[in-house]
Amino acid sequence: MSEPQVPLLSVRGVSKRFGGVRALVDVDVDVREHEVLAVVGDNGAGKSTLAGVLAGAHRPDAGEVLLEGRSVVLDSPAAARALGIAAVFQELALVDDLDVVENLFLGHETLRGPLLDEVAMEREAWRLLDQLAASVPSVRDPVRTLSGGQRQVVAVARALLGSPRVVVLDEPTASLGVRQTAQVLNLIVRLRERGHAVVLVSHQAGDLQAVADRIVVLRLGRVHDVFDGDASYEDLLAAMTGAVRPGARRETRPDIRGVRR
Amino acid sequence: MSATGQPGAGLPGAVWQRVRGGSSLLPIVAALAAVWIVLGAVNPAFLAPENLVNLTLQSAPVGVIALGVVLVLLVGQIDLSVGSLSGLAAAVVAVGSVTLGWPVALAILAALACGVVVGLGYGLLSTRLGLPSFVFTLAGLLFLAGVQLRVLGPLGSINLPFESWFVRSVQQGFLPTGVAWALVAVVVVTSAVVQVTARARRRRADLPAASVGQVLVRTGGLAAVLSVIVAYLGAARGIGYSVVLFAGLVVVADVLLRRTRWGRSVRAVGGDRRAATLAGVPVRSTVVLCFVACSTLAALGGVLAAGRLGAANQGTGGADTYLVAIAAAVIGGTSLFGGRGSAWSAVLGVLVIQSIANGLTLMNVDQAARYMVTGAVLLLAIIIDMLVRKRREV
Repeated sequence: MSEPQVPLLSVRGVSKRFGGVRALVDVDVDVREHEVLAVVGDNGAGKSTLAGVLAGAHRPDAGEVLLEGRSVVLDSPAAARALGIAAVFQELALVDDLDVVENLFLGHETLRGPLLDEVAMEREAWRLLDQLAASVPSVRDPVRTLSGGQRQVVAVARALLGSPRVVVLDEPTASLGVRQTAQVLNLIVRLRERGHAVVLVSHQAGDLQAVADRIVVLRLGRVHDVFDGDASYEDLLAAMTGAVRPGARRETRPDIRGVRR
Repeated sequence: MSATGQPGAGLPGAVWQRVRGGSSLLPIVAALAAVWIVLGAVNPAFLAPENLVNLTLQSAPVGVIALGVVLVLLVGQIDLSVGSLSGLAAAVVAVGSVTLGWPVALAILAALACGVVVGLGYGLLSTRLGLPSFVFTLAGLLFLAGVQLRVLGPLGSINLPFESWFVRSVQQGFLPTGVAWALVAVVVVTSAVVQVTARARRRRADLPAASVGQVLVRTGGLAAVLSVIVAYLGAARGIGYSVVLFAGLVVVADVLLRRTRWGRSVRAVGGDRRAATLAGVPVRSTVVLCFVACSTLAALGGVLAAGRLGAANQGTGGADTYLVAIAAAVIGGTSLFGGRGSAWSAVLGVLVIQSIANGLTLMNVDQAARYMVTGAVLLLAIIIDMLVRKRREV
């Protein structure tokens, strides 16, 4: 297995507090190109905070974020986007009353003179959704009429506008049924095939084994463990909950910050 | 083939869907037709051209105010002070042009500037301090009413000179017949050109496009409606300048709301403010601009009211003006909950309310009954708004 010299996106020694709660403590994580990095953990383990730090929604109290080895400041989702890091948050941030095209381009609409270029936007919307092999009945339906999976697809498609290098997905399958979950997981595989680095945050460890190349386990705000994508469910569960499983196979020792040697 | 706007067979279904989803003006057009049929049946004088001309002239000032209310409602806010502000604007025009001897145009500009300043203040209170607009515009209602009384001074009423161009054009200015027909032709041709080019672009982009039949039906319908209006009102005095101004403002607002980035931001902020923020929509400036537009239109409505009355007094913009304007926006189909509505709802809502008021007056029904009927219609509109919203949440 070849090791890329510099990870695409890394956090080094990142800590984040919310009042008295230590959401992240001295966390190191690397995200590489062509890789699906899963971040798992129990509720309150700090997963969403980590996603927020990567996506520019939270500023870390300590530590730094590196993009291709260079320190960057992500002080807003827009700043992260400008650097090629797009995020889909748990709340999808879709406006129910707007249709699919309107949602996809919200905040950065294509213009033709002073007016909106609906034709260009609608065509681009179909192109994106086709790439994702998404089954959305019509791009002119308000998103409130779509199913949970379709809404997720729209949110992911919006993140992909402008071809970001890193896509951060926060709990994309949390509210979905079995079939829709499979759809979203397929989507993630397709993202990796297209060369995006994907950070997938979830607490549904089982789902992730299907798509993850590496799995970072957070516990109480710390990186507890890093597994290969083929780690067993029992190992993950043990690492997430802190239960001890004798003879557990570990890729790394937990105390060396998850950096693979 | 995609499911977008199936032409032909799917058309009635699509229309029905839009009606159910609350994004169609059809129900309110039907309601207006019903009101007219009933009032006309009870008293044929209601449908006489001269009375309908009166109706349009009555509707224009409050319609302009209602258009502003539509904008703040769309962005999920409200402005209760539009009546007081319109009264203040009327007072400024009268005091400026009569007492202080300014040119009328300057006095009108000063009145509109009051609107801009008030709107900016509201926008900052809303976006910087996060105050609920219901509360601070209620404060504004009282405050501005006080300012209006102070500006008018001890007389409490100032007459505008009848010979001023402003009063003459608002009271007696009507489009010459030839100009009215030319305007109809321009509007119809523009609409047709826009539709045909849009159709051509969509077909070239391989997107579903309106059929030739649909374009013909729409263009023909528009031409028929405008022609009937011009011909029927033309049988009396015709179309007043203030009415033309109101219609022009509505068309501009409609294009801004549906075809520009700003309009999309307005609907997004009103629909889901948090989502809009996360998507990178400039929420604050969008909200501030809506307050400014609303206040400025309210001031313009007051200016038109002063011109129509030929005077400004303590009652201008008072009493039920703000309630009529807000009720008109809601009856016209703009949601009190934000994100949903159309510039045209100002026109249709105002016509419904003023038709009822006008028709009941013709029937010698007293003010008490008019209030009650208007209140009942408003209640009905809010219930429909609520039901549509609930269904959409399922």
